[in-house]
Amino acid sequence: MQQAITAAKMQRSKPAYWLAGALFSALAGSAQAELEFSGKIDLEARVFTEDASRNNQEDTNASLLIEPQWVWFSEDQQHLLQFKPMLRVDQNDDERTHGDIREAYWIYTQDNWEVRSGLRKEFWGVTEFQHLVDVINQTDLVENISGEEKLGQPMINLSIALDSGIWDFYLLPGFRERTFASTDGRPGLPLDVNDDAQYESSAEQLHTDLAIRWSQSYDWLDLTLSAFHGTNREPLLQSDLENGQPVLMPYYEQMTQIGTTAQAIWLDWLFKLEMIHRDSKSESFAALHTGFEYTLYGIMSSDTDLGLIVEYGWDERGKDASSVMQNDLFGGLRFALNDEEGTEILAGLGRDMDFDSHSFSIEASQRLNNWWKLSGEVRMIDATDSRDQMYNLRKDDYLQVTISRYF
Amino acid sequence: MALNNLPHKLALTGLSLSVVLSPLALAQSVEEKGRTIMEEYERRDTGWQDMQAEMQMILRNAQGQESIREIRMKSLEQENDGDKSLTIFDQPRDVKGTAFLSFSHINKPDDQWLYLPALGRVKRISSRNKSGPFMGSEFSYEDMGSFEIDKYTYKYLTEEACGQLTCYVVESYPVEKTSGYTRRISWVDTTEYRMQKLDFYDRKNERLKTLNFTGYQQYAGQYWRADKMEMQNHQNGKSTVLAWKDYRFKVGLKERDFNKNALKRAR
Repeated sequence: MQQAITAAKMQRSKPAYWLAGALFSALAGSAQAELEFSGKIDLEARVFTEDASRNNQEDTNASLLIEPQWVWFSEDQQHLLQFKPMLRVDQNDDERTHGDIREAYWIYTQDNWEVRSGLRKEFWGVTEFQHLVDVINQTDLVENISGEEKLGQPMINLSIALDSGIWDFYLLPGFRERTFASTDGRPGLPLDVNDDAQYESSAEQLHTDLAIRWSQSYDWLDLTLSAFHGTNREPLLQSDLENGQPVLMPYYEQMTQIGTTAQAIWLDWLFKLEMIHRDSKSESFAALHTGFEYTLYGIMSSDTDLGLIVEYGWDERGKDASSVMQNDLFGGLRFALNDEEGTEILAGLGRDMDFDSHSFSIEASQRLNNWWKLSGEVRMIDATDSRDQMYNLRKDDYLQVTISRYF
Repeated sequence: MALNNLPHKLALTGLSLSVVLSPLALAQSVEEKGRTIMEEYERRDTGWQDMQAEMQMILRNAQGQESIREIRMKSLEQENDGDKSLTIFDQPRDVKGTAFLSFSHINKPDDQWLYLPALGRVKRISSRNKSGPFMGSEFSYEDMGSFEIDKYTYKYLTEEACGQLTCYVVESYPVEKTSGYTRRISWVDTTEYRMQKLDFYDRKNERLKTLNFTGYQQYAGQYWRADKMEMQNHQNGKSTVLAWKDYRFKVGLKERDFNKNALKRAR
């Protein structure tokens, strides 16, 4: 049953599936001694600390993630093939039981340029609590509501390294739908999300998107400029009926986005800025996310570095914004112990100044040895205004422990 | 890399060597003599173009417990600047594919970036963090940069026995204010100008670490490399051993293997 679900989901994004298949057979065909295998298995447990909004939802959840990876380099290092599928089996959420091909690509390198073709993940951000500019990959929201987990995006990416900076050109054939929890899953939306998404473009999920990005490092400043034209990764969720039941129907518009990021280093300060302007049929707006991280190196004569993070998110649309961070202030503490176990802790507190809501999170991880790692996560949301995007998640505070086995 | 003490080609003629050895040396100040020795040390390790090697990094805590990292390293010599290097981690497995790109510079702080594959992000290492530990080891980010003659001023201290050999003992003072050290003391042998021992003094001018080099072998008919480097931290009792193998020189590495795209491509 679960296999059937997985297969059905993979087939939904046909171009991705086809590309991955083609690449993997190429990889398997040339499998010599240079083929390298690695990966990880996660066993994850969640405990929800509040009563669920629906009585079909459980207070605990167990989940298993398998993520192997194959890498192959040609003798002259000019060709690189990488294949990284993932499969999650979830105790309570049929939607979270899913598979994806995170990466399946070929990189061909020449003197100062390279072409990367296949399913890839491209990250474009600099700030900690929100990634406004980062729009290449679809969010795998069912994995984690942090939005940091992404689905593999089919692309052909030409990257040229010049003195003027690194220039990236993207051709993005094919679109992936955002994943959502089922009504059994937590954290989740109050209504089921219809699998049958609607699109502004008649090409639907076969629309080919385009993007370009310039990035440059100066002595104390890292700058990027980017433009994207294509299907908005963020759906509008519209009320609909399915078999007489109210559901949410994702509607994906076309959009054009111009974005910029800046990161400046000055003494122990790191200043960060992300800004976008996005145009679509239903709206046109600007948004920014900015802040700093001040690092105290080697606190209390130890090797531990403590980063103090302050960030602010603003969206021109105000309370009507589809984003959670339209007028939000964040404070964070990042502990990097710089020890053999690579121990790290990041705690963040957010305050929405329009809706008076709060969010709190902790992420921590520590290596146990060469093969095992332990991580923990806490996410809590306190929201009372039903117009607030976070209101839906107010009953889904959780603690999570993950044990990872690497191989 | 200082790890490998790969000095840089700031061209120097054999003249400087003769200055050290000739009676004229008596007329030199201790500062000039110190610099002359280190210039010769650097000159003898110039012209290797590019190299790659593998190493095991063995971290030992004060209780003697060990953890092991598997690392590959590539370096590219630069004509008029510090060397470029790329360091890739294979073990521990959770950081497999983590890569560290370093551009050493002669008269400004090194540029360093860390690629974190799990996040798909490149993190810039602040020059203020140069004294921080590199991946939990007793080597700091600063220790990962290449040796460049103008990064220090020098003072010749003495000549003394070091094992079977005789060594010049030279004190060096970092020019960069962001350095985690007030001074370093080098023991360089008088026959082949190989670094035998390095003492590091922290900002309070207390002895922090000692790096010992053993098992020197000559490669490409010219360049000496130590098989083993052991960094002992005197203040916390921890140590880090680098056990090198498979040194290869002039393998044809290019500039393209040392940019940010290469950093992301490292596996």
